[in-house]
Amino acid sequence: MTALLHVDKISKRFGGFVALDSVELEVQPGERLGLIGPNGSGKSTLVNCICGTLQNEQGQVHFDGAPMDGLAAHQRTHRGLARSFQLPRPFVSLTLADNIRVPMLYTVHKRTGPLHADNVSARCIELLSLVGLDHKAHHMPRDLTQVEMRKLELARAVAAEPKLLIADESMAGLSHSEIEDILKLLKTLNERGITIILIEHIMSAVMSFSQRLVVLVTGKKIADGKPEDVVRNPEVVRAYLGQ
Amino acid sequence: MKTLPFVAICVIVALLAFFGLRAVQNGYLFVAGYVVLQFVVLATAWNILGGYCGYVNFGSAAFFALGAYTSVFFYKLNLVPLPVPALILVGGVVCGIVGLGMGYLTLRLRGAFFAIATLAMAVVLQTLVVNWDFVGGSRGAYILHPENLEFGGFSLPYNQYLFLLMLALAVLALSIARAIERSQLGFGFATIRDDELAAEASGVPTLRLKLIATTLSGALMGMAGAPFPYYIGYLQPASAFGLEYGVNSIAMPMIGGTTNWIGPLVGALLLGTVQEYARVTISSSINLLIVGLLLVVFVIIAPKGLVGLVQDHLRARRKP
Amino acid sequence: MDFPFELFINAVVAGILLGGFYAAVTAGVSISFGMLDIVNIAHPGFIILGSYIAYLLSASFGLDPILVSLLMLPVFYALGCAVYEVYHQSFEKRGQDALRGLAFFFGLLFVTEVALILAFGVDYRYVEAAYIGPSRQLAGIDFPLRMVVPCVTALILFGVLHLFVTRTFTGRAIMAVSQDQQALQLMAANPTRIKRIAFGISIATASVAGALLIIIQPIEPSVGREYIGRVFAICVLGGLGSLPGSLVAAMLLGIMESLTATFYGPSWAPAVSFGFLLLTLAFRPSGLFGR
Repeated sequence: MTALLHVDKISKRFGGFVALDSVELEVQPGERLGLIGPNGSGKSTLVNCICGTLQNEQGQVHFDGAPMDGLAAHQRTHRGLARSFQLPRPFVSLTLADNIRVPMLYTVHKRTGPLHADNVSARCIELLSLVGLDHKAHHMPRDLTQVEMRKLELARAVAAEPKLLIADESMAGLSHSEIEDILKLLKTLNERGITIILIEHIMSAVMSFSQRLVVLVTGKKIADGKPEDVVRNPEVVRAYLGQ
Repeated sequence: MKTLPFVAICVIVALLAFFGLRAVQNGYLFVAGYVVLQFVVLATAWNILGGYCGYVNFGSAAFFALGAYTSVFFYKLNLVPLPVPALILVGGVVCGIVGLGMGYLTLRLRGAFFAIATLAMAVVLQTLVVNWDFVGGSRGAYILHPENLEFGGFSLPYNQYLFLLMLALAVLALSIARAIERSQLGFGFATIRDDELAAEASGVPTLRLKLIATTLSGALMGMAGAPFPYYIGYLQPASAFGLEYGVNSIAMPMIGGTTNWIGPLVGALLLGTVQEYARVTISSSINLLIVGLLLVVFVIIAPKGLVGLVQDHLRARRKP
Repeated sequence: MDFPFELFINAVVAGILLGGFYAAVTAGVSISFGMLDIVNIAHPGFIILGSYIAYLLSASFGLDPILVSLLMLPVFYALGCAVYEVYHQSFEKRGQDALRGLAFFFGLLFVTEVALILAFGVDYRYVEAAYIGPSRQLAGIDFPLRMVVPCVTALILFGVLHLFVTRTFTGRAIMAVSQDQQALQLMAANPTRIKRIAFGISIATASVAGALLIIIQPIEPSVGREYIGRVFAICVLGGLGSLPGSLVAAMLLGIMESLTATFYGPSWAPAVSFGFLLLTLAFRPSGLFGR
């Protein structure tokens, strides 16, 4: 089975600082992958390089059988790669419903042809209700709490109907029940066929969700395997306890 | 209201204004009115890139001047005497292409770099024109035109003819701006303005949209500049690339309001009139000082401009 | 064809001297734009302001313009702090720096220029000093003192700034704030205060740069505009935030402009810096020494 995502030894530096060092990673279709690592280990940089927000200097990213070199971020999104941002980046002058509408118009529309306006509006509300924000559909992002903004961020990524969704620390600051809600949502999406990479610090969530766990420390992948094996890996333990 | 009825209403208002001014029989009003309408076009054009997309263009004067000098070029070439409407079209095309080119070179950069690049482009263009003797260089160029426009038995004083053309351009610019605002294109522009990275991640082809904005914006500014040599009769680089075009293109939308088509219109009408009044009664430098101070003050205390203030006020009154 | 060697050498030397001066002009923007990410396009306006103040005090009291500029350092520093406070409260805090901040500085530049026109008119102003006029000859090359003195002063200014930024705590805090605000906060330094100090210093350099400008050439209010492009071109070419990089870039630009002016005529000179800027932005935005 060919991997959905193949990160082929990518490296990225910022001036003298090496953010990613020959990172290699494969994600199978339908998989639930957890990505963990201490702060500053390069997780977000990795996501940025996969999604095209940043250009990696060495190595290649392959998605869905095609090389992603030279493709702009929006083109990768069109091909089914979606991500949520670690720090929420809502469109502040648009309502919540309109925030969701953007990927529908610019990504889904691209794939399946123009959608009827009513269908789009209905779908926006549907997605907002998935994250419990439908009652605020016509509010502006500035009226949201931090937690609600994270949910909006996730909903917007899902609205692009991706094949692979990268959820970048969507659960920080959420209550236990809210974390459960998000996990349930992600599991539902996964059951519908969406491959998911979960980047999190909340270990309980990562352990219960991931089929496979990858650990990144100072730009290098130091572990890749079953969650229960990875957490017992002495290098991993050292990386976390050493902080 | 759909675009077509809007355009129809604008045309009616414009014609009313035109014939109203004719009835007053004060030639100066046409001359001053031309300047104000010119600013309506420039402010609206600037706002398409600046207000809708969030990319500040400091080189508006360059596009304006380029449109003006395209007219001078064809006038000097004298192959086929082109009527002013045709020159407007040509100016628009030339400036649209230049806008596209400039965008392609610089739009991959962060907003601040883009703004500086536009300034650089304006100076480079000015230097090229100053050194190009065919269009007069620093000595300037004289443009002669008949005193009246004769067509089908009617005789229209030339300044009224130019006023009418600028009126048409203003209607065109406002209609385009309004149509964009309500379209998916405008929606895309807003996402770029709000958060370009998130827009890209959501599938918005930001570069393509930004290029559309620069091309359109540049073309409209060039069209505003094309009749200018005929308006003043003697064109010098200093006047075509004048400071007032650069600063007003920015000040008028920022003071009027940048998020919709009404803002630049309000800003241009207000500021244009104030400046003309100040220029005539006090001095031309004072009027520029007023514009500059207003810009700084408004940008600090009323970021959404006059239109924004009104909208907020109405919204506050609506809440119980 | 006889290669005009002497002309060439003189042009290069003049370019180097000019470049030194350009470095002083750029130092302020290197700090405000390179390190603080504030696009202060009004900086040339402050420089011209400095020039006019040097002119006024020099003409009224017969003081040396460079001395005047040094006396005015605290005034300009305070001005810089004040401007930063307004900028910070109005734009940085609200996260709206991009469009409105630019418009703010553009407005400031504009207001400064017009105010100067109203106060002094558009006639050229110049200062008199012992070193304006005479020239020294060295190995057959011309060294006009009115270029040498500003260049030397500029290099000293640059050296002082570089030492400040690399050796003092405040200076290093300024470097740090440009790279990682959070880390700075953890070090119990207040980023806003650091940025205010940095911006104040940035405007203070304009005082000196202004005095040097009026020594090199007669001024009138719109001269500032020519420098916007030069200053940002040098900043970008040299790699944002790199003081040594700006120095090298300034020299390069000075030489290019001088050669252009000598061989093609002075009316082409403005296009050189701006053209350079455009090319750099288009093809290598991280500059020659980019990170």
